[in-house]
Amino acid sequence: MKGLKTLRVGPSVTVQDQGRPGRLAQGLSCGGAADLLALAEGAALLRQSPDLAALELAGMGGIFEAQGDLRIALTGAPMSVQRDGETLSWNASHLMRDGQRLEIGAAKRGVYGYLHIGGGIDSAPLLGARATHLISGLGGAVAVGDFLQAGADAGRDVGMTLPAEDRFGGGELRIVESFQSDLFSTEVRKRFAETSFTRGTRANRMGVELISEGEGFAAAGQLNILSEIIVPGDVQMTGDGKPFILLREAQTTGGYPRIGTVLPCDLFRAAQAQAGEPLRLRWVSLNEGLGIQGKFDKAMRALPSACKALVRDPATMQDLLSYQLISGAISAGADLFSDGEFK
Amino acid sequence: MTGPANPEFPVIRTIGLQGVLVTFSDVLSERSNRASLAFSEAVKSQNWSGIFEVSTSLASVFLRFDTSQLRHEALKDLLLDLLQTRDWFQAALPAGRKFWQVPCVYGTELAPQLAEAADLAGMSESQAIDNLSAARVRALTIGFAPGQPYLGPLGAEWDIPRLRELTPRVPAGALIVAISQLVLFTTQAPTGWRHIGQTGFRGFQPGGKDPIALRAGDEMQFMPVTQVEFARLCEKDPYFGGAKCREIPA
Repeated sequence: MKGLKTLRVGPSVTVQDQGRPGRLAQGLSCGGAADLLALAEGAALLRQSPDLAALELAGMGGIFEAQGDLRIALTGAPMSVQRDGETLSWNASHLMRDGQRLEIGAAKRGVYGYLHIGGGIDSAPLLGARATHLISGLGGAVAVGDFLQAGADAGRDVGMTLPAEDRFGGGELRIVESFQSDLFSTEVRKRFAETSFTRGTRANRMGVELISEGEGFAAAGQLNILSEIIVPGDVQMTGDGKPFILLREAQTTGGYPRIGTVLPCDLFRAAQAQAGEPLRLRWVSLNEGLGIQGKFDKAMRALPSACKALVRDPATMQDLLSYQLISGAISAGADLFSDGEFK
Repeated sequence: MTGPANPEFPVIRTIGLQGVLVTFSDVLSERSNRASLAFSEAVKSQNWSGIFEVSTSLASVFLRFDTSQLRHEALKDLLLDLLQTRDWFQAALPAGRKFWQVPCVYGTELAPQLAEAADLAGMSESQAIDNLSAARVRALTIGFAPGQPYLGPLGAEWDIPRLRELTPRVPAGALIVAISQLVLFTTQAPTGWRHIGQTGFRGFQPGGKDPIALRAGDEMQFMPVTQVEFARLCEKDPYFGGAKCREIPA
């Protein structure tokens, strides 16, 4: 049985996939990876389906030992990482030999890093997915001693890399008006987009707090509105007008008014901002939003073709020999030597 | 202008980038909830292509759809046409609904806020128990947590406010009340509503074959039992605490 043994692990490491969309009627929000782009990047690097599950490392990784030879990929928030003491590239795929240890430290930037295995993590699906959904009691955090079993791995490529969009230091989030936007005056909506926010200290897989100086962003008139469906990206204002961006694991309904909805493709930037990072909101029309999201979806589907061979310094390539011995890795190896400084 | 113009119900609005919300009222009522449950079933039976998901809230129907396949305007037209086919406030509730009778301990240390809630509703504790246990309530929507029903509507006397301070934790199976609704908790959670009854009903059993017991539109009644009886029922039936279920004839 191939997989990773958990020798040490950070407090918020969970198995995640694309979650469980389509279950709002059952009171279950979709959840899944906080950074779906990182999930897709890992799948592209390993040349496998984006439906497979990976390990989401919130803020901190752990020490994992390979049982059997494994392909792995590392994406999302860049973290310090060593394989048996050798520093590895982030946003890349690598080989782990049976018994080798992978040590992943704290996030250098961003929040959520991802460790993918060839074949995916083959945990038992619950309600149609493997994603841990903490508030619903579906799965739990990975603990020391846990064995993360790998699924059947048909792929062979390792030593690939992918240019990652830098979404790890806050920035601009595009937002569309939604059904409750007109509960807020035009002035409040305008001021909302002119405000420099920072990510607050209250944040988890359900949502992130936005902090700003000065007046809050209260809805006009009475707040006694009926609880209504929440969609990921909704920015809700709590009683005192403090904004919270709701993520994919938020509750399914809520009674706080929502000023608008951050585009799905910008939600990863919101989730990946560390506390104190700057965030701004920019209103876009529904049509602009659809155009931006459409372009993003297309780029995400094209990720597999954006992968390139990892160019490495031969002086640090302790495992050069092993690369040449794996016949299956030739497609990566061949590219490796036809590119960069080997040209 | 402050706040929304008084929309003429039903109203169709966008929710987020890829969703549409059809709302039948901005206040909770039996008829607006009935309309949303009936309209939701009608939408599902249309089998429109490009619809990812249909769900209901207290008084709305939510659709999430594939914006690359279906334009917002086109979906709005489909919905308008369907809305005009009948008076949805008078529609029959969907078929296949269930009626659950659930044993419940009202008050005692198991549900310590009954006295307070009864007081706010202008009743004695025993009047409150009679009133609540006689009510056959509907799962108006399932939400907030998996399988968790919002039940009602109760009479106007139960339009009592939420607590100022959250109760840090009520157990699964807790029956809580506010704003003319009951919620039957499926997990242990904090709440700002008052804990008035305790049941052994587990509406969400993550490992189970049929993990979610209730659907919006199902009906429930909470039958008073003593603590001794409650303990016996829970021991015998750890999943549903002695609850009885039957189909509601269409």
